[in-house]
Amino acid sequence: MSFFSFGQSAEIDVVLNDAETRKKAEHKTEDGKKDKYFLFYDGETVSGKVNVTLKNPGKRLEHQGIKIEFVGQIELYYDRGNHHEFVSLVKDLARPGEITQSQTFDFEFTHVEKPYESYTGQNVKLRYFLRATVIRRLNDISKEMDIVVHTLSTYPELNSSIKMEVGIEDCLHIEFEYNKSKYHLKDVIVGKIYFLLVRIKIKHMEIDIIKRETTGTGPSVYHENDTIAKYEIMDGAPVRGESIPIRLFLAGYDLTPTMRDINKKFSVRYYLNLVLIDEEERRYFKQQEITLWRKGDVVRKSMSHQAAIASQRFEGSAASESALEQAAKEESG
Amino acid sequence: MSEVADTRRLNSKPQDLLDAYGPPSNFLEIDVYDPQTIGVGRTRYTTYEVRMRTNLPIFKLKDSCVRRRYSDFEWLKNELERDSKIVVPSLPGKALKRQLPFRSDEGLFDESFIEERRMGLEQFINRIAGHPLAQNERCLHMFLQDESIDRNYIPGKVRH
Repeated sequence: MSFFSFGQSAEIDVVLNDAETRKKAEHKTEDGKKDKYFLFYDGETVSGKVNVTLKNPGKRLEHQGIKIEFVGQIELYYDRGNHHEFVSLVKDLARPGEITQSQTFDFEFTHVEKPYESYTGQNVKLRYFLRATVIRRLNDISKEMDIVVHTLSTYPELNSSIKMEVGIEDCLHIEFEYNKSKYHLKDVIVGKIYFLLVRIKIKHMEIDIIKRETTGTGPSVYHENDTIAKYEIMDGAPVRGESIPIRLFLAGYDLTPTMRDINKKFSVRYYLNLVLIDEEERRYFKQQEITLWRKGDVVRKSMSHQAAIASQRFEGSAASESALEQAAKEESG
Repeated sequence: MSEVADTRRLNSKPQDLLDAYGPPSNFLEIDVYDPQTIGVGRTRYTTYEVRMRTNLPIFKLKDSCVRRRYSDFEWLKNELERDSKIVVPSLPGKALKRQLPFRSDEGLFDESFIEERRMGLEQFINRIAGHPLAQNERCLHMFLQDESIDRNYIPGKVRH
């Protein structure tokens, strides 16, 4: 804000070259609202125009330089003053001088590295933005434009299931199984709970998704746990030999990919918490970490493959099994 | 458009019919009933029958019956609070006011008060006896299944 409005002032704004075609993604702001921002991936070029519009046409605007920066930074809420910049690029648009009429400057940051995904959390924020500045003696004129970056992965080579037997000696033994250890954000958790020994009076069972955001290092590590989802999978008392199925669709929840030790500043990890509650409201639980990853949009697989999967689910017959085999052959052939 | 996820159930063993239709392994029922007033005058007190039926292997007797009074329940609560890591549920009130003279009702031996206390004691003992950690404590087994409570017992655990 300029309180010295005697001289010339200007407005500055940034417009991307591909603003018409580039996709936007929703991202939570610090106060919980959801906004849409231009979506970028690692390695993509960021190019556009900086418009400097003079407020009083005809009057000159003196300046110490006009520049545009591309910044990727991590901000810890308990340490607001210190921004940790992990990407910092500058393009000088104009040398110190003066402009007499509104002007537009082109810029291009070629194949910019964007190593981490944008993240707004409880105690930390990672953001990318363009900042255009008209440098002046007393006060700069600047404008920031936030963008959102997503990091994509592909299906992991190794994705073993999680299978474990846990319990309290002589009271409760269960075997739980989740079909994978790494799930993409639109995936489905398919699993089962098998009861080996039930000597307590169980009332119901649920599975929770817990997000743990860890900030700080060494002695000042801080964990913030947030239960993202609670999903009841069983109502009533099970007995020995019973198997309870789990089918939890992740697309319905507000999840991010697992982020491990980002720039040595923070982590975001996810856990499945299996909770059994007995008739006296006592809780028995087992937590297990899962890895979440973001899948890029894929080309639709052939209709025959999809139809074959669907028919097998409902019929489970030999005919649909061979249809699945046939479709798989067509796919690879 | 993304591909269809495979959401078919994981394979599981079919349940044995004896397990499915047999008696459950978690049978535990404790009844607190039949209040009886013992003694005369100011030394009177009320005892209750505490009957436990269970098929849990940790209890030596599958069917036991003992007589206990309010202070025995208090003793059990104190023992568990001291020795175990459990948050012990609360007992029905001590009702000290009812022990004062010049009351218009029967005081401690008022029928509705005894019934209220009986219900609270029943809820208390069922809640605590079902707790896997409480089941390890010697004091709980003595309370439920020994003829009388030996206040000089050696506290300890039951399970190995």
